[in-house]
Amino acid sequence: MKIHLKIWRQKDRQTKGAFKDYTLEDVSKDMSFLEMLDTLNIKLIKSGERPVEFDHDCREGICGQCGVMINGIAHGPLKHTTTCQLHMRSFEDGDTIYVEPFKAAAFPIVRDLKVNRSSLDHIIASGGYVSVDTGQAPEANSIPVTHEQAEAAFDAAACIGCGACVASCKNSSAALFTSAKISQLAQLPQGDKETSKRVVKMVYQMEEEGFGHCSFTEACQVECPEDISVLNIARMNYEYNKARLLKK
Amino acid sequence: MALTGLFLSFFLIIHLAGNLQLLLPADEAQLQYNSYSRLLGGNIFVKLVAYVLYASIILHTIDAIYLGIKSKRANGASYSRDKRGRASKWYARNMMALGIIIFVFLVIHFKDFWYSYKFGELPLDINGNKDLYTLVVVAFQELWYVILYVIAIVALGYHLLHGVFSAHRTLGLYHPLYSKIIKVLGIIFAVVMTFGYILIPVYIYLTHEL
Repeated sequence: MKIHLKIWRQKDRQTKGAFKDYTLEDVSKDMSFLEMLDTLNIKLIKSGERPVEFDHDCREGICGQCGVMINGIAHGPLKHTTTCQLHMRSFEDGDTIYVEPFKAAAFPIVRDLKVNRSSLDHIIASGGYVSVDTGQAPEANSIPVTHEQAEAAFDAAACIGCGACVASCKNSSAALFTSAKISQLAQLPQGDKETSKRVVKMVYQMEEEGFGHCSFTEACQVECPEDISVLNIARMNYEYNKARLLKK
Repeated sequence: MALTGLFLSFFLIIHLAGNLQLLLPADEAQLQYNSYSRLLGGNIFVKLVAYVLYASIILHTIDAIYLGIKSKRANGASYSRDKRGRASKWYARNMMALGIIIFVFLVIHFKDFWYSYKFGELPLDINGNKDLYTLVVVAFQELWYVILYVIAIVALGYHLLHGVFSAHRTLGLYHPLYSKIIKVLGIIFAVVMTFGYILIPVYIYLTHEL
């Protein structure tokens, strides 16, 4: 396949970025999107140019590191897929592909396609954990958790924190990300005890980081690699309103 | 935003129910509608509800402006190639634009009917009530005025289509079954309100001759 690329190049946060054109011949349709970028980088290094910087790690669709806007869509044309799991067979020979970084005030550009998503870590650090010292691992059945509860909690826990929800949202809201963690912990007996405290802290941190509000367009769920449900956001709102109204 | 939106949605039902009297035969409609308008104006409970209504419109507008600014700040730089629209409905993404159309319409609506009734000099009907009915009927004889109403009501319909279910989720309705029920009820509500409100000016335009 012959692929034309328009890739966002930006030296650092202060420098103005712009698209730069590249053309790759002999791209295999079985390559992943990131492997195609690797091929481009080998070519750039050989010619003495600075390679295109992008985030990646596991390349198995589970770490949440990769994530770019491909033809104006987070993670590209396939729904519920990470960038690393997108393959070149999703494109046609001769296609022009636009590649941009996720853009949001809370995701400052580091270089090229790489953005700083520490703001998501700050939200988790503000309360996305169980603070009880659990000691030794207890006997598995000593705390009853139904199969349905475990499944529902795991559905929310499946969030890989890639930031596609923020990139897809017209308000750059991190509500889906934040609510997934709140919802996961609220559905388990170990996490439920601190729900009120947790939801207030995490929502406050989300605001502090400069994310926008949620207006329930549901775009986040559509583009989410893990199909995290927007009902988690409704649950976060429920827990937040309850925590505020019943504050002692 | 959700609370004021839901109150305004609830008000739409009451407002439509009252205004459907305009569809009665002309003589009956005139006396009944004028009498109904006077009854509303003289009732202390209705007056209190009216103040809540004015406050809701203002708060809903202020909140929309605040959220619009917040969204703009949060977005930072825009995408050079943006195809994010595939993942959501156009009206869900354009609630602000629809809201602006509704707001402009409300200014015209309040000026022409509410202000004229409250502070203007209107002729009286045979029962001695201000003749709001004739004011409404005369206004809806103008085709451009009817078209303006239809455009505004269609904008309102799409605003409700997203707004009603979205407001419930903002308030915390997360149960999967009830969320679906509310979504369906929200669609039914938006459709009924749209056609109900469009019916009045169109019916008057087509059936009344002065």
